[in-house]
Amino acid sequence: MSSSHLITRRTLLAGAAGTAAMAGLAPRAAHAAGVTIGFIYVGPKDDYGYNQAHAEGAAAIKSMPGITVVEEERVPETDDVEKTMESMIQLDGASLLFPTSFGYFDPYMLRMARKYPKIQFRHCGGLWKADKDPMNAGSYFGYIGMGQYLNGIVAGHMTKSKKVAFVAAKPIPQVLININSFALGARSVDPSITTRVIFTGDWSMAVKEAEATNSLVDQGADVITCHVDSPKVVVQTAEHRGIYTCGYHANQAPLAPKGYLTGAEWHWATVYKMFATKALAGEPLPNFVRGGLAQDFIKMSPYGPAVTPAARANADAVKAEIMKGGYAVFKGPLKDNTGKQVIPAGTAYPETAIQLESMNYLVEGVVGAIA
Amino acid sequence: MSAIETILVAMLAGCLRVSTPFLFVSLGECLTEKSGRINLGNEGALVLGAMVAYAVSYQTGNPWLGVLGGAAAGGALGLLHGGLCTLARVNDVAMGIAIMLAGTGMAFFFGKPYVQPSAPQLPSIPLGFWSDVPRIRSALNVSPLFFLGIAAAFGLYYIFRGTRMGLRIRIVGDSADAARALGLPIERIRLFATGAGSALAGIGGAFLSLSYPGSWNEGLSSGQGLMAVALVVFARWNPLACIGAALLFGAAGALGPSLQTVGITWGYYLFYAAPYVATLVMLIVTVAPGRALAGMPGELSIGR
Repeated sequence: MSSSHLITRRTLLAGAAGTAAMAGLAPRAAHAAGVTIGFIYVGPKDDYGYNQAHAEGAAAIKSMPGITVVEEERVPETDDVEKTMESMIQLDGASLLFPTSFGYFDPYMLRMARKYPKIQFRHCGGLWKADKDPMNAGSYFGYIGMGQYLNGIVAGHMTKSKKVAFVAAKPIPQVLININSFALGARSVDPSITTRVIFTGDWSMAVKEAEATNSLVDQGADVITCHVDSPKVVVQTAEHRGIYTCGYHANQAPLAPKGYLTGAEWHWATVYKMFATKALAGEPLPNFVRGGLAQDFIKMSPYGPAVTPAARANADAVKAEIMKGGYAVFKGPLKDNTGKQVIPAGTAYPETAIQLESMNYLVEGVVGAIA
Repeated sequence: MSAIETILVAMLAGCLRVSTPFLFVSLGECLTEKSGRINLGNEGALVLGAMVAYAVSYQTGNPWLGVLGGAAAGGALGLLHGGLCTLARVNDVAMGIAIMLAGTGMAFFFGKPYVQPSAPQLPSIPLGFWSDVPRIRSALNVSPLFFLGIAAAFGLYYIFRGTRMGLRIRIVGDSADAARALGLPIERIRLFATGAGSALAGIGGAFLSLSYPGSWNEGLSSGQGLMAVALVVFARWNPLACIGAALLFGAAGALGPSLQTVGITWGYYLFYAAPYVATLVMLIVTVAPGRALAGMPGELSIGR
């Protein structure tokens, strides 16, 4: 089933300094047959978390005329994802693929992109590089670290024990940005606050996440957030233990009516609508897409009932600054938690700084290690 | 509280929280294997039991009905396995793997609508009422299913040792020829032992979804049912030893997260492997030439 004849055109736009690379092979529908878009998820698409956020974005473009969405859930980060991509291309006629999980990018998606140069691949979170990766591939992501920074500010106001906590899956840059942003947000309120982090080792480990949450509460932490695929277990366990939670990925307020403070949520509909519109119009798709609160790529959950007016005011003020653009959470002098200087004085990395996407340290005030 | 105390409390809590599913699945597997059959499908029974228990608890509002539902679902899967294994030339190991995949697949398929809602949870018994330390109180919030599991272990031990039914199960498991000479209905006994064993595994699943971590999603089990099958070998087919093995596994599983909270942050992947390393070490220590598989039912064989 071939839904469209693809006329390839290589457009290299020499972007102005500082703008993202905007080169690509554009699929063009010669017979106005519409575009089939494939979404691949690593877990179930109703997991209260990462996959649900993407599935909500996919659902938002399903109703667009000319767009056909095909989806597959629970695809492991192994050769399996190549088979899924292959079948979406060969059997469903997909011309644009969104493999959404971190581990799909290298080598699986890159390999498929080289094999199918006429198909467009856009990966969530991968660090696509114009000089070495295929031009029909690319990546998109949101600066959700800013949301975790705002989480941290609220947490910093609400903690009484001066210990906040973070349940993390794996020490990859995106996770480290979130941990560090949360810690810096809390420390912007009170520099004596420490952030304890536990790595569970994988994206979805229900029992370990519950154990980690309990251990952190036992250690005196009274506000917790997380970066795992489904925050459901962490949020429920924390609510059960009577401590506060800040959400992640999606809105978990229904799971913790008492303790939910706020949360950093994705809003992928913005990104997928943009790609779908361009694909329908036959325009080249951008290779490197990033956005934050201001671009509506991410949003904050409404404040929970426990949040104090002071915490709201502080978080709202910082959010307003972030919306103006150029706000830098990571600025020198900044030390990591071993005392080594990681950002020299006078250097500031706003959310758009590409250096942040290869982060490999935990900042001062975080108790934990990445290896 | 010092770091050592923290870790000890965390391991105690881990014992009481994490061990229950291991206990139920290993008891179920023990019962099935005592009758001379292997059931690797108990991982499937665990996951299906977890899903059904959550669904029933959500629909009826009564978590105890959920536990019954989990047991029934596990039992049904076990009877299916048992029934299929009575057919000629059916290998119970291969069939068990098929049953495991079928059970988890069914649970994922029918469990879709229950990922989102929150079901009523089983109450826990606050045994830590005497302490003022919150973490002790929390560690000693023990699920009644834990005690049910301990009682089931003693019950099974008594059944095997002191009852006619237990003797029949053991005869069928140790020597089919002897059982035939006694006129015992071999296949029927194995069928019910398999069904009852999987029902126990289903209760283990109900613990996962209704007590700890107390939520239904597709990553809930992460292979605990399979590890419990290994625990039975480790426990030498003795129900009382299953208690010890399950507690040890629970404690070892709590080691990784608790070490990270006290600041020992290197090598957490290594500490997460602690339960498996413990199994290996114990097997090596306890195995001596000649008594390597002491206690193994004679009919148990992967070659059949």
